Amino acid sequence: MVEFFTTTNLGIILVILAQCLLVLVPLLVALAFLMYADRKVWAAVQMRKGPNVVGPFGLLQSFADFLKYIVKEIVVPAGADKFVFFLAPMISFVLAVVAWSVIPFNDGWVLSEINVAILFVFAVSSLEVYGVIMGGWASNSKYPFLGSLRSAAQMISYEVSLGLIIIGIIISTGSMNFGAIVEAQRGNAGLFNWYWVAHFPMLFLFFISALAETNRPPFDLPEAESELVAGFQVEYSSTPFLLFMIGELMAVVLMCALTSLLFFGGWLSPIPGLPDGILWMILKMSACFFMFAMVKAITPRYRYDQLMRIGWKVFLPLSLFWVVLVSFLAKFEVMGGFWARWTLGV
Amino acid sequence: MTVAAFTFYFFALTTVMGGLMTVVSRNPVHSVLWLILSFLSSAGLFVLLGAEFVAMLLIIVYVGAVAVLFLFVVMMLDVDFAELKAEMSKYMPLALLIGAVILMQLGMALGVWNFADVAAANIAAPMSETQNTNGLGLLIYDKYIILFQLAGLILLTAMIGAIVLTMRHRTNIKRQNVMQQMHRDPAKAMENIDVKPGQGL
Repeated sequence: MVEFFTTTNLGIILVILAQCLLVLVPLLVALAFLMYADRKVWAAVQMRKGPNVVGPFGLLQSFADFLKYIVKEIVVPAGADKFVFFLAPMISFVLAVVAWSVIPFNDGWVLSEINVAILFVFAVSSLEVYGVIMGGWASNSKYPFLGSLRSAAQMISYEVSLGLIIIGIIISTGSMNFGAIVEAQRGNAGLFNWYWVAHFPMLFLFFISALAETNRPPFDLPEAESELVAGFQVEYSSTPFLLFMIGELMAVVLMCALTSLLFFGGWLSPIPGLPDGILWMILKMSACFFMFAMVKAITPRYRYDQLMRIGWKVFLPLSLFWVVLVSFLAKFEVMGGFWARWTLGV
Repeated sequence: MTVAAFTFYFFALTTVMGGLMTVVSRNPVHSVLWLILSFLSSAGLFVLLGAEFVAMLLIIVYVGAVAVLFLFVVMMLDVDFAELKAEMSKYMPLALLIGAVILMQLGMALGVWNFADVAAANIAAPMSETQNTNGLGLLIYDKYIILFQLAGLILLTAMIGAIVLTMRHRTNIKRQNVMQQMHRDPAKAMENIDVKPGQGL
């Protein structure tokens, strides 16, 4: 029986499928509750109760919403390019899911352990802009088109600084594998050995760029419900809209996972002596998501030209300067290789 | 057929199909989308060759940046396609002639192509010890650093040229002063006036 799963093609494919489901199903279930948490945090900041009707404390609200979206009628605009119109939400959902194939949740708990994992995530998240552009164009309507143009410019701009910040981390680690990046943050000092100390200013830049990259408030200009109605999603209803929404939220959670892997040591325990494990990873991701939710609740929306200015004239030079600085710090092994973890032999 | 062979044929067919549809499809936006499919499948081919770093770069640079710009420009175009098609039939014979001449020249040149002995010796020895990324880094930034810098300089010149050619300073339009905007605060922007009843301002 074991041979069937390790030697034959069909067996291997079945095992891979099972592994994919093992990642995907908990992720989707977690997403439903994260959606609920997002709304509860938002409500708490505004001194409202938030969703509290469906299920105990409203815990099943997301599932009710899910059903509601599915059973609604799909409306297609008359002038829409039908094929691209339906392709767009699928692309944004599939891409958001695909990136999780290289994210490790614990030491070795990863679907595919590849050398260029971080580049893969970066490549996939740079493709996510297509879902938005195609959706906006295929709707054949003014507001979606404007929303998608804004979004494309915004996502491309912030990708540049995200990439440069990641390069700094790669220089410090000497590898593009997530496992290696997390292991490089292991040390006797526990949480002070993680990259948030070594790359302290970049943590903030990464967080803000992640907000802009995933179109979260205060950078939710593609949606901008008060000026563009809902941006590129205006013409979408029912399941396609649901796919857009899940894709967007999944990209947010992916950014949380990236933040905890790159800056907060992934599954490493913050206090030396305590065992490492997946619980730490989940805890860090939840804390990061809480920050995302808080930012949504407490900041007003940026103006579009300010957003572009801060991206190109502030974040890009800062992160580029940091790459140069880290290169020097790593080359000359300042502070005993604090920025050159590959020299420590871990 | 092994999995690798199947994957190769899949990606190869998709690449060729995408390229063909880029040329054939009537809507320019569809053309760009087919082009993106073509890029993606050629990235898949690179992965099959074991060049995963190049594959990722292909996706990030070409699909993530260049094709987005294409799509940007093409979406904004307001072209009458029927007119364009009529124009095309007019220039078709000339285009076909040029195509045939270039094809003939390529055939003539490649027909007598011979590898020089020096060229074979110049191929770098495969570095089996290091990873792709390390190997590329060593080659580009250590061995061929001067060529790399020269290529960068050429690109920089082209970029500056494009900026100089397209930039013009218009004096008669209003511009925003960002620093002024940032340092504006309620104390400077507002004034509290105590208006007496029956007087007005």
